[in-house]
Amino acid sequence: MIHALLLVTVVMTQDTAAGKQVYTKWCAGCHGDNGAGDGDGARHMIPPPRDFTGAIYQIRSTPSGQLPTDADLLRSIDEGLPGTAMPGWKSRLSDRQRRAVLAYIKTFSTFFADTTQRPQPIAFGSPPGGGTGAEAVRVGRQFYDSIGCRKCHGDQGRGDGPSAPTLKDDAQHPIFAANLHENWRFNGGGTVEDIYHRLRTGLDGTPMPSFSDLIENKFLTDEQLWRVAQYVRSLSPKETPVVRDVVHAPLTKTLPRAPDDSAWTSIDVSWFPLVGQIVRKERWFAPAVTGVWVKAVHTADSIALRVVWDDRSESPDTSWLAFVGRVFNTLQSDDSIREQPAPWPDQLTVQFPVSIPSGMERPYFLMGNGSAPVYQWRWSSSARTAPVAGLARGVDRFDPLSGAGPGAQAVYDHGQWRVVFTRALASTDTASQLPFRTGRAIPVAFFASDGSNGEHGTRMAISTWYFLALDEPVPARVFISPVLAMMLTLGLGMLVAWRAQQKTSYRRQQ
Amino acid sequence: MKGRIFSVVGGMFLLTVCSKGDRSAVQAAPPATQPAAEVSAAGGTITGKVKFTGTAPRNPTIDMSEEAACKAKYPTTPTEENVVAGPANALANVFVYVKSGVPAGQTFTAPTTPVVLDQNGCRYHPHVLGIMVGQPLEIQNSDPVLHNIKAIAKANRPFNVSQPGAGMKTTRTFSAPEVMVNLECNVHGWMHAYAGVRPDPFYAVSKQDGSFTISGLPPGTYTIEAWHEKFGTQTATVTIAGTESKTANFTFAAR
Repeated sequence: MIHALLLVTVVMTQDTAAGKQVYTKWCAGCHGDNGAGDGDGARHMIPPPRDFTGAIYQIRSTPSGQLPTDADLLRSIDEGLPGTAMPGWKSRLSDRQRRAVLAYIKTFSTFFADTTQRPQPIAFGSPPGGGTGAEAVRVGRQFYDSIGCRKCHGDQGRGDGPSAPTLKDDAQHPIFAANLHENWRFNGGGTVEDIYHRLRTGLDGTPMPSFSDLIENKFLTDEQLWRVAQYVRSLSPKETPVVRDVVHAPLTKTLPRAPDDSAWTSIDVSWFPLVGQIVRKERWFAPAVTGVWVKAVHTADSIALRVVWDDRSESPDTSWLAFVGRVFNTLQSDDSIREQPAPWPDQLTVQFPVSIPSGMERPYFLMGNGSAPVYQWRWSSSARTAPVAGLARGVDRFDPLSGAGPGAQAVYDHGQWRVVFTRALASTDTASQLPFRTGRAIPVAFFASDGSNGEHGTRMAISTWYFLALDEPVPARVFISPVLAMMLTLGLGMLVAWRAQQKTSYRRQQ
Repeated sequence: MKGRIFSVVGGMFLLTVCSKGDRSAVQAAPPATQPAAEVSAAGGTITGKVKFTGTAPRNPTIDMSEEAACKAKYPTTPTEENVVAGPANALANVFVYVKSGVPAGQTFTAPTTPVVLDQNGCRYHPHVLGIMVGQPLEIQNSDPVLHNIKAIAKANRPFNVSQPGAGMKTTRTFSAPEVMVNLECNVHGWMHAYAGVRPDPFYAVSKQDGSFTISGLPPGTYTIEAWHEKFGTQTATVTIAGTESKTANFTFAAR
């Protein structure tokens, strides 16, 4: 017994020495030399890196308040925490390195050495069947309401509930209620099982509580809690969206100008991820808008572009001012002047080149520059139907253009903006206002700001260049040729059959 | 190399085996307590009053419009309870406790009667409480709305549990002394309560008139600390001989 314990001690010492090496090289930059979550990178992150000294972990298989198991910690190291700056290390570090760093991380808190603190994983069971059926989703929705999920996550689950602007983590940092429509960004994974596990364990250190006691209190059954998880899962797409480079705009007879026009339902959607603008000062490391969903159609003379994005607040909204203050307190600014929170509006910019390039060369993606400007539509929630068209020559110069700019209609609905831009294909000022042409790949990029997250100016979320393609009308021969071919084949076939029959009857007669 | 892996596996096995026995103690294991030292009812007593000088800051009003059921429990707009003052600048909700002086090694058995923390009208009752290590804290919801109860602690394990309906009860214990454990509700950002967790029964919370009483103290010299959520801490030294009663008054400067 004593021998075994001695061996364990020796082995653990070796592990933590090796773990320290790995930690210092790969982890300390964000988590800090002493594991307090205060490395150099921490100043640019929301949520901030884990402070290991308190041994409070979000992603566990154990009840709220208990330590995580080694398997829990290893999972976070291996897979990372989606939706945060924490990457997965499975492919970057060896199995031994990851286990060593795990052992080292545990030395930052005395709780792991405390023998009275033994993590006991919850026996989760498996999801009841019929999870994607209408009845399961209905029951899940019923309990989503009755257990109060909407208080933070909102009526439609986009993280826009009435308590959302007040949310803080244990260290008083601002924290968003998860947007339940983006399961690929859930910190602990996006499957039904992952969601159910988080409901049972809570996310310690955050406002998300454990709902395990509800089962013990007979407020709901285990199966009903699974239904909540299944409902939450149903809010996100079946598959994690993948980036397609091209938005196809089919030809239609009439232009759907309203964001909720039923004509939009049959149009393919493209998803483009947005990231924080960290190229130019003011850099922005904590963008609230994570992507845009884009559809487009065109008629013989006009184009309609529908941009949809999730945004927790219809800015300007003064109830979020305190949240902005906490964002500014958490993030280190690279501006010399410390800014005060203000009720900024939400903004969306659609960017094109001034003219369709003939080759692969495009203006600088981040709002062009002095020698090669870009043509932009700038929409703001404070002027919803009047986007401003203009030329940008870098992030700090925008010259509005007079004349026929785009029109816009906008809807804000439960944590989501839906905006349709419309414009004539042709332009009167072809030198600065892009004329749209069919059959050509037109570069397009998107920029978004959430005013209630302190975003304005260069503090925004940005995309790179993608393409918009206005499909050409399909020539009539495309439809006629197959019919002709079929008729010809049928005719020839019948001829062959008829000849064969003729021969057979001739032989019989003989 | 092989031997090492074997010993790791062996060690884990050992740990697993060793941990099987006391699954029930896991939730928040109270430290092993010796049979209680006789806390003589006839021991020394410290009484006193807590006051403050200056003008108490106004407690912010609470906008309960999101929670009609809570709002209906108040005839006028409710406020937070950051500074609860009584007549003549008396200060309530001050946690007064023996910070040092209790002989090391002397242990006290936690009462099995729970301390009750009620959520009623979207506020905590009581706002400040004292509790012994290992003593049950029974958290109950008297509101027909969702509350989550989050404990923010350093010496203790934190927890965060939800109570979406009236009549729900959750019992938790703390395993280590800590002044204070912060309790909060994230659904209602104004809801805060504070728990002073002590290894002995020598603590009190000042009443509306600022008075407090700590009794049953064995003879000795004690450092008494008074803690207030807004005004900070004050200390006093009190020597008790026999069964006498001593006075310790505290005066905070309002800020």
